[in-house]
Amino acid sequence: MSTPVITVTHAAVGYDGRPVLRDVSLTVTAGEVVAVLGANGSGKSTLIRAVLGLVPLHAGSVSLFGAPLGRFRQWQRIGYVPQRLGAGGGVPATVREVVASGRLARRGVLRPPGRADRAAVDAALAAVGLADRAGDPVATLSGGQQQRTLIARALAGEPELLVLDEPTAGVDAASQEAFAGALRDFVDGGGTVLLVAHELGPLRPLISRAVVVHHGGIAHDGAVPEPAGHHAEPDHDHVHPHGPDEPVGLWSS
Amino acid sequence: MELFQYPYMQRALIGALVIGLAAPALGIYLVQRRLALIGDGVGHVALTGVGAGLLLNRSPVLVAVVVATLGAVAVELVRARGRTSGDLALALLFYGGIAGGVTLVGLSDATSANLNAYLFGSLTTISPQDLTTILVLGAALLVTMLALRPALFAVCHDEEYARVAGLPVRALNMLLAVGTAVTVTIAMRAVGVLLISALMVVPVATAQQVTRGFRGTMTVAMALGLFAAGSGVWVAANADTAPGASVVLLAIALFLVVAVAGAGWRAVRRRRTKAGPPVAEPPEVVLR
Repeated sequence: MSTPVITVTHAAVGYDGRPVLRDVSLTVTAGEVVAVLGANGSGKSTLIRAVLGLVPLHAGSVSLFGAPLGRFRQWQRIGYVPQRLGAGGGVPATVREVVASGRLARRGVLRPPGRADRAAVDAALAAVGLADRAGDPVATLSGGQQQRTLIARALAGEPELLVLDEPTAGVDAASQEAFAGALRDFVDGGGTVLLVAHELGPLRPLISRAVVVHHGGIAHDGAVPEPAGHHAEPDHDHVHPHGPDEPVGLWSS
Repeated sequence: MELFQYPYMQRALIGALVIGLAAPALGIYLVQRRLALIGDGVGHVALTGVGAGLLLNRSPVLVAVVVATLGAVAVELVRARGRTSGDLALALLFYGGIAGGVTLVGLSDATSANLNAYLFGSLTTISPQDLTTILVLGAALLVTMLALRPALFAVCHDEEYARVAGLPVRALNMLLAVGTAVTVTIAMRAVGVLLISALMVVPVATAQQVTRGFRGTMTVAMALGLFAAGSGVWVAANADTAPGASVVLLAIALFLVVAVAGAGWRAVRRRRTKAGPPVAEPPEVVLR
């Protein structure tokens, strides 16, 4: 078997001394589509942030494509889709400008964009169905369209692994379908996916494995669990208001 | 117009134009990351550099570049750690900077006119040597801000994404901090430390009311900065007003004109779209 894409070994993470994850181990191999499920505050977003090196580990280790996180440099192999677009300071940016950021990991800081970069941005915009909005300011898009902009940004870098943080929370049905379609194309092309979700919706048929995080540990690792109770109702809309994970200060952007 | 035959007026104009072009090119990144007033703070710190320069009989501008850079790097380190106590650390730095500057200027042989020149700008006393400094640093700043726009945009737009994309986030943030210090110091001679932030921020605020993208905003903001600087110096020369304040007042006037015109245009457009026959919404329920 080839090297695992993600290996998490006995990882522990905490904020300000409060433990969020304790002793979590997880392996994702190439071609898998792994959903991390769990209640609000279970630590599922923290898990993928730890995988990406955005929060420090207290104990344990993370490897990406066989390299320890601290020495991993091939970031162009990873496409990250955050929960939502930061508000920023109000300077407008077009959809295309945001998506073009996704090429930076591949082309580096100093090289100006070339034809291949423009073609990849076009392809990513088409993949999420936003080609006609390329010149519009992202702030004028709906929440679902903004979320599609973020997946296009990740796809533009032509990654091997997509890491998505609650990609469908609060997203309208049309955007969820467009999102699922883009993800399906990515998986069909041999991509690996790690995503955090409250619920899977139209993504459900794509998921090959589910990991349930509960009280900072992994409670289940295997088949996608069936929804129970009122969660199983077909029109159950599972949208929660999200508070920020960390304290937001004046100087944190 | 004949005033501009004098070399000192030509230097004033050229210096103002360079600063008018360069300040918004950096300021747009500060606005985007909600640090619009950071230039103000770094300006306070630069004043200590001016005081030290006057006291040690060195070029106040060059000493101020060094001190302001140290101050800006300190601010960036506080910001990057994201501590809630960060604003208090910044307050200490800023007020320490201005108090240190006033004290050091007082200890030197300089007069209060010298201090005023740095607090509020003194375009007409720019020496040929000052102008060279402004031109070289301004050109370096412009080239850097334009050439690294995609990377700086990514870092200011979404810092976490930039980290996952493997960008040298810390180096780019430091670059912005150093760029802020350089802008503050070269603009100090034109508009003074108390008005520097206006040149970095106001043209950006004006531009973003009418633009759709980041590149467009940057281009329009630089054009507005250039226009405000040029016309400000012209007005100051003819009406005998303080050049720095005239430039800033013109930049703010442009902001108001664009804001009012934009609001009016939107109102007209709204009325036009309303003029058509109202389209009835489909009923949500049918009552029998």
